[in-house]
Amino acid sequence: MASKHTIATRHAQGIRARFASRFLRSLLRVRRSSNRFGGSQSNDEGIGKRIRTDRIKIAAYAAMARAVGPRRTWSRALLFKLRNRARIHGVSRKRCLVSEKKRVTRNKVVAISREPSRADTLRKLVPGGDSMDTCVLLEETAHYIKCLATQVTVMQSIADRLLL
Amino acid sequence: MSNRRSRQSSDPRITDDQIIDLVSKLRLLLPEISQRRSDKVSASKVLQETCNYIRNLHREVDDLSERLSQLLATIDADSPEAAIIRSLIM
Repeated sequence: MASKHTIATRHAQGIRARFASRFLRSLLRVRRSSNRFGGSQSNDEGIGKRIRTDRIKIAAYAAMARAVGPRRTWSRALLFKLRNRARIHGVSRKRCLVSEKKRVTRNKVVAISREPSRADTLRKLVPGGDSMDTCVLLEETAHYIKCLATQVTVMQSIADRLLL
Repeated sequence: MSNRRSRQSSDPRITDDQIIDLVSKLRLLLPEISQRRSDKVSASKVLQETCNYIRNLHREVDDLSERLSQLLATIDADSPEAAIIRSLIM
């Protein structure tokens, strides 16, 4: 039992460190690119700040998904979604909308006879949850929660560090 | 394999015991429920608490992103904060 716990903690520390280094690098990149387009003071109001906030948020989720890697269904789904968003952001949104519609009709046909269960609500919150059966969903949720909590802790400590 | 699209929980390959086991593991990760008495918490409550917890975490990420965005805007290239960030990465 003790060895399982140490393995789990070491694993958690590994993800924490990998996430932290990736996220910090992304933060520097965001700062550099936001300073390039106009002075840093003028970006505080309005759109500039919102864009920066969105970039930081995406950087956090991307850094965590990459730190976990492709061995989890949720991290694969998240990486896929982020890559699609990056691609579509530069080209056009039409292709994305078409595929979204197809997915919605498929879901409607299956769920027409029952109301959304709590598991279905959970499926919408966990990335890639739509394609998981209940067993896998619970496992993935447990891992997702652990990683999300780590992400929040690291972001918090970075924000605290930057204030001092 | 052929039932991948069906989301019925009465899938014969998944036993109720497995689900109960996974739900109890999930419960241990939630901040509030793990402190209450054990066997009195239903699976439905655990799922509900899990959804709430995930939503809270998402909201915290949003708030922290906004905070970091503000802090990032006030950092100059040569300030000690930038050095802190660089030293954390090395």
